[in-house]
Amino acid sequence: MHEMSIALSIVEAVEERARQEGAGWISEIELLVGKLAGIEPESLKFCFSAAAAGTLAARARLAIEEPEGVGECGECGTTFPVNFYYAECPACRSLKVKILSGEEFLIQSMTIEEEEE
Amino acid sequence: MCDTCGCSTEGGAVLRKPGQSDYHLHVNEHEHAHGEHHSHEHGDHHHEGSGRKVLLEQDVLQKNNLLAERNRGYFEARGIFALNLLSSPGSGKTSLLEKIIPALQQRFPVAVIEGDQQTTNDADRIQALGVPVIQINTGSGCHLDALMVNRAMKELEMQNNSLLCIENVGNLVCPALFDLGEALKVVIISVTEGDDKPLKYPTIFHEADICILNKIDLLPYVEFDAAKCRENAMRVNHHLEWFELSATTGEGLAALQEWLEAKMAQH
Repeated sequence: MHEMSIALSIVEAVEERARQEGAGWISEIELLVGKLAGIEPESLKFCFSAAAAGTLAARARLAIEEPEGVGECGECGTTFPVNFYYAECPACRSLKVKILSGEEFLIQSMTIEEEEE
Repeated sequence: MCDTCGCSTEGGAVLRKPGQSDYHLHVNEHEHAHGEHHSHEHGDHHHEGSGRKVLLEQDVLQKNNLLAERNRGYFEARGIFALNLLSSPGSGKTSLLEKIIPALQQRFPVAVIEGDQQTTNDADRIQALGVPVIQINTGSGCHLDALMVNRAMKELEMQNNSLLCIENVGNLVCPALFDLGEALKVVIISVTEGDDKPLKYPTIFHEADICILNKIDLLPYVEFDAAKCRENAMRVNHHLEWFELSATTGEGLAALQEWLEAKMAQH
């Protein structure tokens, strides 16, 4: 359940920034979670609601974009989609695959709202 | 609530030292005060769309990663070579350390950080070897993080130019994501597990630098194909250094020992 400590890190990061920006509350957080990042988006959403309770992010919606894994063959240079780390080049069967994308794990942006009366 | 001092640190990790039942130190950050700011009631009327978008483009694990880099800097400055040992529970991490440390100690100082949810059992076993050791009890936590290691390393009396073995919580999933500041990640599997383990838990094998297959003395009694396991591990990560050994009989230990000695000399 590393998703819980990750959810706490997200809350901490966005809250810190939201305070600097003088936000009243956070309505949305955009995350980039690659398919190979080792994070379950559903589990993360579940933990987030608990982690965010009582913070500026308590009512924030998590918008999660999940980039597909893309690998590049170290032998022949072919690029192809990968779902797992044990990808094999479809052209030359080499296992020397470099992961080009899918490992992203970023807080892209957040939407902050003014304090309400 | 902490069962030793009664303070409320839900889910927080605790440092302990073997044989010192009164020693315990909470790994706390400056208090992350939830609830300080509930003063304003928002009501139910969300003004959707009226908000302002703020770009962060920041790694979710940035805080851990930055602290891990600080740990790495500390290790570098003191010539400490740090290994992060990862495996499922029961694959023999502590037994391997018990076996290899007496030999390594002849060549350079060794220190150990032990990670477990509860008990100082593993630290007690390492303490018996006469090397500096500290136990991190993660409580409900499933992995060590850079903050826990940062606190622990300050409490551990390490000599310069030591080998530091950080034994992570037994778990093949979560520890893969958390950089501790180590020089190398070592993943250990044993022949009593499945030879498809690298395929089932690829992230940790992908992150590792070294893979050790332990308990090879049991190979005649189990259905485990060591060559197949190696092939599976290499499919996930073709850079892996591969060792096969038995911490019980000592078979294969010399190769790992030589490799570690060479790494210590280079670094």
